[in-house]
Amino acid sequence: MTDALPELPQLDSPRRRVPPTGAKRPWQTGTVTEVRQETPHAKTFRVQLEQWQPHLPGQNYLVRLTAPDGYRAQRSYSVASPPEDPGVVELTVDRLPDGEVSGYLHEHVAVGDPLEVRGPFGGWFVWRGDRPALLVGGGSGLVPLVCVLRSRAARLVAGRDSAPVHLVAAARTREELFYSGELTGAFADLTTAVLSREDDDASGRPAGRLRADDLLPAADRLGALRASGGPGADVFLCGSTPFTTAAEQLLVEVGVPAESIRVERFGPS
Amino acid sequence: MSTSSTGFTGRRGRDPRLPPGQYDVGSSWPVLTAEATPNVSTGTWTFRVDGEVTAPRTWTWDDVHALPSSSYEGDIHCVTTWSKLGTSFTGVSLDALLDQVEVLPSATHVLAWSSSGYTTNLPLADVTGGKAWLVWEHEGAPLTAEHGGPVRMLVPHLYFWKSTKWVAGLRLLDHDEPGFWERNGYHDRGEPWAEQRYAGD
Ligand SMILES: Cc1cc2nc3c(=O)[nH]c(=O)nc-3n(C[C@H](O)[C@H](O)[C@H](O)COP(=O)(O)OP(=O)(O)OC[C@H]3O[C@@H](n4cnc5c(N)ncnc54)[C@H](O)[C@@H]3O)c2cc1C
Repeated sequence: MTDALPELPQLDSPRRRVPPTGAKRPWQTGTVTEVRQETPHAKTFRVQLEQWQPHLPGQNYLVRLTAPDGYRAQRSYSVASPPEDPGVVELTVDRLPDGEVSGYLHEHVAVGDPLEVRGPFGGWFVWRGDRPALLVGGGSGLVPLVCVLRSRAARLVAGRDSAPVHLVAAARTREELFYSGELTGAFADLTTAVLSREDDDASGRPAGRLRADDLLPAADRLGALRASGGPGADVFLCGSTPFTTAAEQLLVEVGVPAESIRVERFGPS
Repeated sequence: MSTSSTGFTGRRGRDPRLPPGQYDVGSSWPVLTAEATPNVSTGTWTFRVDGEVTAPRTWTWDDVHALPSSSYEGDIHCVTTWSKLGTSFTGVSLDALLDQVEVLPSATHVLAWSSSGYTTNLPLADVTGGKAWLVWEHEGAPLTAEHGGPVRMLVPHLYFWKSTKWVAGLRLLDHDEPGFWERNGYHDRGEPWAEQRYAGD
């Protein structure tokens, strides 16, 4: 029977290798070695791990909290630090109003504290360094994307090849833009900042939501558009549901093939 | 390991309907999809059953609506740790479709697939006996595209990635064949009460 069946459509083409999985990633207790305020609502926690294994940019860790009575809560957080920074993971956590886990991390976790984590996870929203990538993120959606920029920079320093990438980074204001210092500093050439509520003094861009001309130049240059022919680029889109829904629509409108867009959505819609 | 997190009490009043490691999203419904949302119209949507059956069969939107409708009321659980409690879906039981084909005794598993190329595998026993549906209504309103509309699969006793969005067919197999997330490190079966999240759990 089965030999005469039509082929099913394939979401993952053969060039997308299956990532290392199956290996048991146990819960482990890391140590927080640094806490940085990234924006008024976001903090980065640098966690040292005894059983660290290299992650791919885009992957995430689970963080688990346990109350004295055994009640537990766990959430996923993307890794911001590159795999070239061994033995640690940096997690940037946006504090949500009344957020059970993000609130605790912001209020209670300090340098020297233990933190229970498990990872890395994720085999789809990952960048392997061999394909051009257009990165589009908003708010905490920039966490897995900055990992791509950091990893690429580290690879280039080490003399390794890396495909071109470009980040379109959205926030309400410059102050709320994750990794603002780095994105306007070391990664300025690779970044288009999109501020929705504030004119951008640096670029002259007037306040406003993501528009076609924020995406088009980089999309064209990287070969992400159907019309630009080339080998094509993967598009990594990450952020809240409203942001990713709007951005996805815009990407398709400007000519990015829907099947080249990988989406990661954070949190309740 | 049972380190307790100093100062953490958690949100009180945990609902007994929540499996371990899950939290209640309340009235919201998060969207989690690996790909951009495809636009599937009810005019062209079809559902095909093939593989270990005497003859493959395809249903249209009108065909599935001609079958006796069936609803699910209860909870759904996503592997990313949210659960939605006391929600409802309407469509048709998968049993009603499988009753219209002749399933061979060799069939043990199914691979559900979507028009976008997503696949997920399930034991046949997990989609028969009133455990699985094709649904087009959520809480009385048409199922939106972002949630897998016009028609998605619903297998509420397993983590929600098994409930294929934009479902287009079911291939009956005489063996188990991992689907998209299952090849990408997720558990083969995905039972929430046993916390079968990742391969090896
Ligand atoms: C793959 C992945 C990667 C992620 N990466 C990141 C990352 O890098 N950085 C990041 O900041 N986040 C990330 N997230 C989101 C993160 O996992 C959490 O969802 C987020 O931190 C919120 O968790 P919380 O416990 O603080 O909030 P929750 O307690 O889960 O609440 C979320 C929101 O819903 C409301 N809410 C929910 N339930 C209730 C209730 N019962 N009562 C009252 N209010 C409620 C809260 O007010 C809050 O605003 C990621 C998510 C995924 C799936």
